[in-house]
Amino acid sequence: MSSTDSRAAIFAAIRANRPNIQPPLPEVPLFDEKAPSDLVPAFSEMLVKMGGAVLDPQGLDSLSALRSAVAGKGIIATCVPELHGDPSLQIRQILPDMDPRSLSDVEIGVVRAAFGVAETGSLCLTDDELIVNTAGYLPQHLIVLLDPAQIVANLHNAYRRPEFREHNYAVFQTGPSATADIEGVLIHGAQGVRSLRVLFCPKQN
Amino acid sequence: MSLEHQDAPTTPAGRTNDGAPASLTHGAGASVTMPPRGPEPQPRGAVVRGNRPIDQEEAAKRFMAAPEHLAMHDQRLWDLRQKRDRQKDTIEEWEELRQLASDIKTHTLTHLDTYLEQFEKNATANGVKVRWAKDAAEHNSIVAGILRSKNAKRLIKSKSMLTEECGFREAMAEAGVDVVETDLGERIQQLDNENPSHVVVPAVHKLRTDVAEVFSKTIGSDPNNSDVSYLTEQQREHTRPLILNADAGMTGCNFAVAETGSVVVCTNEGNADLSANTTGLHIVSVGIEKIIPNLNTLAVFVRMLSRSALGSPITQYTSHFRGPRRGAEMHIVIVDNGRTERLGMEKFWTSLKCIRCGACMNTCPVFRRSGGLSYGATYAGPIGLIIDPTFNRHKYSTLPFSSTMNGSCTNVCPVKINIHEQIASWRQVLAETHEIPAFKKTMMKAAGMLLASPKLYRASLPMADSALRYLPRFVIYNKMNTWTRGREMPHIPKETFHQWYKRTRGVNGKKK
Amino acid sequence: MRVGLFVPCYVDAFHPEVGQATLELLERFGCEVDYPFDQTCCGQPMTNTGCHKESKATEELFVRNFKDYDYIVGPSGSCVNHVRNNFDAVEQTDDVKHVRTQTYELVEFLHDVLKVDGFPWAEFPHKVALHNNCNALRGLNIASMTELREKTFSKPRDLLGMVKGLELVDITRPDECCGFGGTFSVFEEAISARMGQDKARDQARAGAEYVTSSDSSCMMHQEGCAKRLNLPTKYIHIAQILNGEPV
Repeated sequence: MSSTDSRAAIFAAIRANRPNIQPPLPEVPLFDEKAPSDLVPAFSEMLVKMGGAVLDPQGLDSLSALRSAVAGKGIIATCVPELHGDPSLQIRQILPDMDPRSLSDVEIGVVRAAFGVAETGSLCLTDDELIVNTAGYLPQHLIVLLDPAQIVANLHNAYRRPEFREHNYAVFQTGPSATADIEGVLIHGAQGVRSLRVLFCPKQN
Repeated sequence: MSLEHQDAPTTPAGRTNDGAPASLTHGAGASVTMPPRGPEPQPRGAVVRGNRPIDQEEAAKRFMAAPEHLAMHDQRLWDLRQKRDRQKDTIEEWEELRQLASDIKTHTLTHLDTYLEQFEKNATANGVKVRWAKDAAEHNSIVAGILRSKNAKRLIKSKSMLTEECGFREAMAEAGVDVVETDLGERIQQLDNENPSHVVVPAVHKLRTDVAEVFSKTIGSDPNNSDVSYLTEQQREHTRPLILNADAGMTGCNFAVAETGSVVVCTNEGNADLSANTTGLHIVSVGIEKIIPNLNTLAVFVRMLSRSALGSPITQYTSHFRGPRRGAEMHIVIVDNGRTERLGMEKFWTSLKCIRCGACMNTCPVFRRSGGLSYGATYAGPIGLIIDPTFNRHKYSTLPFSSTMNGSCTNVCPVKINIHEQIASWRQVLAETHEIPAFKKTMMKAAGMLLASPKLYRASLPMADSALRYLPRFVIYNKMNTWTRGREMPHIPKETFHQWYKRTRGVNGKKK
Repeated sequence: MRVGLFVPCYVDAFHPEVGQATLELLERFGCEVDYPFDQTCCGQPMTNTGCHKESKATEELFVRNFKDYDYIVGPSGSCVNHVRNNFDAVEQTDDVKHVRTQTYELVEFLHDVLKVDGFPWAEFPHKVALHNNCNALRGLNIASMTELREKTFSKPRDLLGMVKGLELVDITRPDECCGFGGTFSVFEEAISARMGQDKARDQARAGAEYVTSSDSSCMMHQEGCAKRLNLPTKYIHIAQILNGEPV
């Protein structure tokens, strides 16, 4: 049987077998009436619960804080222009034509999130921000820049944004890679990044 | 046995995360500290003999005879149930979300053809190649064909219950494709040549010492080191080069969004993203019931999935694949494998709403004490009891009886499948189609006749002075009197209520 | 109000004192109680095993015995749940519908129908763990369920709270099934017994001197398990506590 024949057979079986009722598709509310007005603390709390951390600039401006966080840490791959052109760092600019595997020797990846979700502490990264998708996974550690103005209350709000209609790849990354597959013991860095830090940093246009 | 010296699984022994900031999340849980002695061997799953009905209880007995495995397994899954409860408590609209999720699935399943067409159209427009497979064999052959056309021999993949259902790894081995599972639990099971025992935590039935043994034999770790960090790191280091050298990547699909033509995959390790994004070829296996209408409805399911499964607000990675990366290919194989037939089963079609969160397994007292492999089927636990017989009514005819029908599974189900009622319905179907053992049927026939006749029933009850005042005869007078194996018999009163009433009040009910 | 007393088969055979307490308690509250002599069983053992046809005649007998009463009250949530929610083997005549809607488990009858506000005759100066039968809990909804996000309530707790001296203790897994499960207890005895033993340990660890329930079947099983473990816990039906019987 070819895939086309199977397609026809599957549709015929669905039409023959499906229950003969026509319930409507329910409306999904936003459930955000009680969302706090300042979403940054709510986001940060959930991020930490999910194993992530907020990068504290310790009085520095965010760019200096970022430079200090990556200085001397080995190969730094960056998708953001903020770090470009600093000869004191081992910066590797991520370019669209790179082999995705070539990021396997990277110690810290630096990317910018499209937005954050306060409900879950999630960061939305798209193929635009990542440039090469493995930038979110092959580095040992990840630093994500997030514009504090780009945080939505919950997932209902998140899915009404355009990213999921416009990008071939978009991911909610929530803290680092984690597993509890052996006896429920939580380990970070099972396959993806071992740590994830968020630096609040407005996006310059 | 004294109270002080027992390995009761209800004791929250060992490490707990209570109070730690991360305790809400990740599905991490309490594990039981093991005494310092030789590791307890891992009990294995049900003995599968061709098409013969699975003897779940036989395998469960072996699992219960391994106290360390039993205690860890029960406590770990109970811990997940409690974490799920705590998440439920943080979401005011929890019950409303469950109803929405259930209603969205009802709508989608009754309009499945429309949404599948829409999905196919949109995915194709996004540059994805969509194919259709009627059954497991066709799925495997389509995937093998795609791999062959790209000369791909090394495949990395993330966990997918559908590929388990399809016997995918065995088929690929025959096709000469080297498959590497990248989810830690699934990888452990692959290396141990054992099926996953749970839909979310595939190696939950194994102790760390079991994993140390498997890894020492397969990836060369230190057999005497069962530290969980060490074992996880060994696996990471061993798998990373396999990921980097792979020719193709494969993922399952948690939700397929008709409106955008996207597939959504949820993992905690980031392994699906690695599998999909590292090579130039991404293949996705999708069961037809995974379709949902749009992104607004997706929000409902993403909010429920990990909270129900692991008690964390969301999986660490929720990945939306809408089309191929630049310069890469993306293929989607949409699979029926018995689902359209199930759609036509009046009492059982709503089992297609299942989002594979495993909450019913975590709460099931039978599952926690038996281990998932005791069911001898792809799907274990409560959801397995109602799905497995749709694949093979004879082989899985015993499974619906491995339940007390207590209903906790139904209450935790995020899409409100009436699981325990379907278990009861399966018992009826199986009894009526002669798929229950003859002695049970005979016994129930006799009981039915006895209980329908007050005279026969009263005569069957032993006399007041009889030494045989046990259970009513229909329970006791057969070779199946198993009550006393783990329990004492009840105290035998000197007269029945019936006799007492007659003696003290007479037939007209007036007090004497 | 004419009440038909429904005494389930295992209560009749093993726990006549539970039937007696139920009868006396209902009479204390002024109910006119009959015990129909021809009653046997509700049919659950057959249905529970999937044998609905084999249960039909038993269900019909049940309806014949009880169709003329305003209320039918039994000290067993499991059996009442079967009558109310699963009495499907018989044709759904008006008599059957009447019997289905008017059959009450003792606790809900006292709580919802009689709306009792005290048991002045009852005193029970002991630490007690409450066990809710799964059918009473999830089928009859005599208490809120830990799985659901809902307002907390418990009809048996409300009633036990009116008993002088009684102290309730909490076990770690209050809603976990004890493993009786009807015919499950004999057909899958190993898992059943293990679940019952775990339940009995949980109760003993909580410091319960007594365990009470509105269902004798669960307690018969739990008591058997506790005895096998040599635990000192005693098991008593809620009707006996509420009826103020000396122990």
